[in-house]
Amino acid sequence: MRKMIKPCGLHCIKVKHLGVVLGQQEILKDINLHIHCGSLNAVIGRNGAGKSTLIRAVLGEMPHTGIIEFKDRENGRIQKLKIGYVPQNLNIEKQTPVSVYDMIAAYHSNVPVFLKKSKKMKERMLECLKIFQADHLLNHQVCNLSGGELQRVLLSMAIMDSPNLLLLDEPVSGIDQKGMELFYQTIYQLKEHYDLAIILISHDLEYVKRYADKVILLDKTVLRQGSVKEVFQSQEFAQVFH
Amino acid sequence: MEIFSWLQYDFMKSAFLAVLIIAPLFGIMGTMIVNRKMAFFSDALGHSALTGIAVGVVFGVKDTNISMAVFAIVFALLLNQISSRVEASTDTVISVFSSCSIALGLAILSKGGNFSKYSSILVGDILSITPQEIIYLVFIFAVTIVFWGLGFNKLLAVSLNRTLAGSRRISAAWMENLFAVLTALIVMVSIQWVGILIINALLILPAASARNISGNMREYHFFSILFSMFSGVLGLVISYYVNVATGPAIVIFASIIYFATYGWGRKHNL
Repeated sequence: MRKMIKPCGLHCIKVKHLGVVLGQQEILKDINLHIHCGSLNAVIGRNGAGKSTLIRAVLGEMPHTGIIEFKDRENGRIQKLKIGYVPQNLNIEKQTPVSVYDMIAAYHSNVPVFLKKSKKMKERMLECLKIFQADHLLNHQVCNLSGGELQRVLLSMAIMDSPNLLLLDEPVSGIDQKGMELFYQTIYQLKEHYDLAIILISHDLEYVKRYADKVILLDKTVLRQGSVKEVFQSQEFAQVFH
Repeated sequence: MEIFSWLQYDFMKSAFLAVLIIAPLFGIMGTMIVNRKMAFFSDALGHSALTGIAVGVVFGVKDTNISMAVFAIVFALLLNQISSRVEASTDTVISVFSSCSIALGLAILSKGGNFSKYSSILVGDILSITPQEIIYLVFIFAVTIVFWGLGFNKLLAVSLNRTLAGSRRISAAWMENLFAVLTALIVMVSIQWVGILIINALLILPAASARNISGNMREYHFFSILFSMFSGVLGLVISYYVNVATGPAIVIFASIIYFATYGWGRKHNL
């Protein structure tokens, strides 16, 4: 992960006319977004507004219409977009013999995790885990981590490949108030010091108010987007969160 | 040497070789089957062997092994598809399919009252394995090792979080289907030697025991293979001296190891 003093602000990600249809049902319609690097963008909306679908569509897991492009603003060159994703939770049970090393290597390495630990991989992991003060967790079992620890490990994993865009599903369970505060502070520092854009699905309007640069109010389509003030004082916002 | 006197018979030599291949194979596959909570899935696959034979009989296929393998693969892929689409819980869906298929198989094979011809497949008989059949086992063993080396990380990634795996360009559907097909093939190739009634125990027990005491994937695989081979060889030798069926003897040892590791794991808080 390349550290920057300031994000360059010269890259941007454009989502144009994105739509998702599942069976007969239209889940997302004509989504247009313009995301700058170095900004924290919070997606808010009711349950079932299509927030998670939006993330899955951007990741390419859901078939969608419209285009997503990643541009260098200076010369207009279109580049390949690298996305880091932080899921809300993992499908893991108690007693599962998967260590933090195993999990990260499963996603980032071709050296079979049941054979041996790759030294090079281990060093890369530690470098990223250190950013989130999680390097001591490398040999812990994933299923024994606390909610906050797991979140930090997942974040470290997401930025390993220096992504241009970080997609996050805000954790909803297993994290207390203090942990939540820490989570938002970490995200904030991340966007301040590294050259990437962040899209965060959030359920907690208080934190959005304090930390987001831009808010996207979603309900099947983008009802309103703009600064925190613009969106929170809009009529659409009042209707959704009355 | 006296303790190796059981090896003087050719059928024991073949059986010993077969155990040396089947045991690690099951130990390896079991790790993922247990991790992915597919115990019921592999059980259903085992039961589908009867239907596979029945289908072969109906269509007049000479070698029912082939119809069995083909049916198992189709069955495995179908189960995968349906459990990812249907809203009902996976174990209900598998149970429905498993019961339906075993009933069909039993009905067809028992027609005319000669089911006893096929009943050997229920218990299996590793002592009757021939060198030719051992070669099949070696082949499937080699395929499994290659798949494990190339695909295990991806398989683990998919099992932890499908969307996250997708974001790393790992196709969940492909990995899941490949794994299901491989499981189907392994179950079918070994079912005649191990038997429908206990094949699942051999797949699940070593991995479940290893899970009791392992903290990472290296320990997990090491212990699973070790337990599988230990109970396999011990079960074979003891069954020779005590004169009981080999399969059940192996399962009894594997179960003892499970309870021992469970106790050990609890005591050491693993």
